[in-house]
Amino acid sequence: MADRDYGFRTRAVHAGNVPDSATGARALPIYQSSAFVFDSTEDAAARFALQKYGNIYSRLANPTVASFEERVASLEGGLGAVATSSGLSAQFVTFASLAGAGDHIVASSNLYGGSVTQLDVTLRRFGVETTFVASDDPADYAAAIIPGRTKLVFAETIANPSGDIADIAGLADVAHAASIPLVIDSTIATPYLCRPIEWGADIVVHSATKFLGGHGTTLGGVVVESGRFDWSNHNFPLFEETVAHYGGLTWYGNFGEYAFLTRLRAEQLRDIGPALAPHSAFLLAQGVETLPYRMQAHVDNARRVAEWLEADPRIETVNWAGLPSHRHHERAQQYLPIGPSSVFGFVVTGGRAVGQGLIENVNLASHLANIGDAKTLIIHPASTTHAQLTEQQLVDGGVHPGLVRLSVGIEDADDIIYDLDQALDAALKGA
Amino acid sequence: MSDATTADTATVTLANGLTCDIPASSPLAKLLKSQRTWVGPSAKERLGILRRAKSVAIVGASPNPARSSYFVGTYLQQSSSYRVYFVNPNATEILGQPAYPDLASLPEVPDIVDVFRKASDIPAVIDDALAVGAPVVWVQLGIWNEEAARYGESKGLTVVMDRCIKVEHARFHGGLHLMGFDTGVISAKKQVR
Repeated sequence: MADRDYGFRTRAVHAGNVPDSATGARALPIYQSSAFVFDSTEDAAARFALQKYGNIYSRLANPTVASFEERVASLEGGLGAVATSSGLSAQFVTFASLAGAGDHIVASSNLYGGSVTQLDVTLRRFGVETTFVASDDPADYAAAIIPGRTKLVFAETIANPSGDIADIAGLADVAHAASIPLVIDSTIATPYLCRPIEWGADIVVHSATKFLGGHGTTLGGVVVESGRFDWSNHNFPLFEETVAHYGGLTWYGNFGEYAFLTRLRAEQLRDIGPALAPHSAFLLAQGVETLPYRMQAHVDNARRVAEWLEADPRIETVNWAGLPSHRHHERAQQYLPIGPSSVFGFVVTGGRAVGQGLIENVNLASHLANIGDAKTLIIHPASTTHAQLTEQQLVDGGVHPGLVRLSVGIEDADDIIYDLDQALDAALKGA
Repeated sequence: MSDATTADTATVTLANGLTCDIPASSPLAKLLKSQRTWVGPSAKERLGILRRAKSVAIVGASPNPARSSYFVGTYLQQSSSYRVYFVNPNATEILGQPAYPDLASLPEVPDIVDVFRKASDIPAVIDDALAVGAPVVWVQLGIWNEEAARYGESKGLTVVMDRCIKVEHARFHGGLHLMGFDTGVISAKKQVR
């Protein structure tokens, strides 16, 4: 082992992938196996009791999945990680481990729609209440916290399509003042652009489907924890109570700083079951190898496209925080000095009809409901997800009829701009 | 290509025991700048300690399967090649082996004395380790006595403190990796066995 702190790019390629001890395979082996044999009954008993490390069953842990987990943990600067089958399940196991019936969550209202419904519909049905804060001021989050009941604060590093940036350090202070963790969804930022743990966040969740995997091929999620939060602060009694089904251990007493992630794997993955498939872990881990290079290209292209759009009279507004006109430009420079990723909304003049025409006339940008692909992706909410609403209903609901969401890819920036330019021309002719 | 680090950085020790440079103004930098002044062996040095050792004595070992020392004992017995000894004057047998009343009663001088005792007991354990000639005292995770650590070092002992020997062994031998933790190990050589 070299006595050196390796850099981000080196860790993106190597972390979690020491050559296989059995075969020497240099690439990450895909352990496509549901279960793993025990050495003896004594060995089996010790593995099941968590007294030693070892594979049992791929819902709990799998060697290929472990490589992806360690790689992301290393890049985020976390203690470790637990991978899941999707970003939404990464969030769900996190929320389920920390909050139960009667508990409360404080979340940004500026979240991905699936996250809003997970909190507002499903978790509410299970007795977990969420207060959504429609503000970017940490003081408003503090005001929403109910002492004793609130178990976590949740926000996204970069929201979309608003392009808003979370004040992670401010939110961390608010959460820590209430002795609860700050959970950050950093899907759009990725650890190349922002590492929330360095700003005080305790738990980072990702939809690995997006930039981490990077190629729009594979669903996956991951939870990273800092190892710094004090799980013995009595706000989370489950960490200090005796666990009968694991031989009377206590999560905090036996595992200390490793308690959260050990419990997340041994309880939430066991009981909820959203395991990441080994083949998916291979594809995602391979994607992460080029994360620094792809993210730099995404950001460089986003800057070109956003500046071009902002200067164009056919466009009303551009919500990319890398532009000085964005209300969170300064915040973006603080938290995301390289650039605030490449997913943002913009508003075309002419409303719904022009937005729809733009989508119908793009030739390079792909019309689909995803973000964080190497390819440029585009969607127009008013003519797709919100098509049943009238223009007035759209405005009332906060979705501008002319709003288009773009996920800028890593093609030639000139080609992306050419495509948007010709599509805007065609849309205006047709409108 | 622009770089993720800025000019004003602080070098901090992360939870995985490695160090890295992060913005000096960030909350993590402030948080990790703890009051502790004693610095134990680096990750590479800890790996060296673990690789040189052939025997480990667990002082304060418990026969209770729920206790951390039982987890560590089970792990070392089954997942390492160490000769493992249990020291507890109030027990007769732990994990199928005899429990010894003290370090002096062991059949050999242990290469590592692994300690599960409260912080105020550490100086006495250090004296016991010195008396039998053990070279390393490893004070377990969650136990911190800086004065005792400096005292041990002044007598020529190698001291590791507030670290779990199971976690550190597993960091370099694959166990920690299997559970998705960051081992800090970057290597193009096969995993050490």
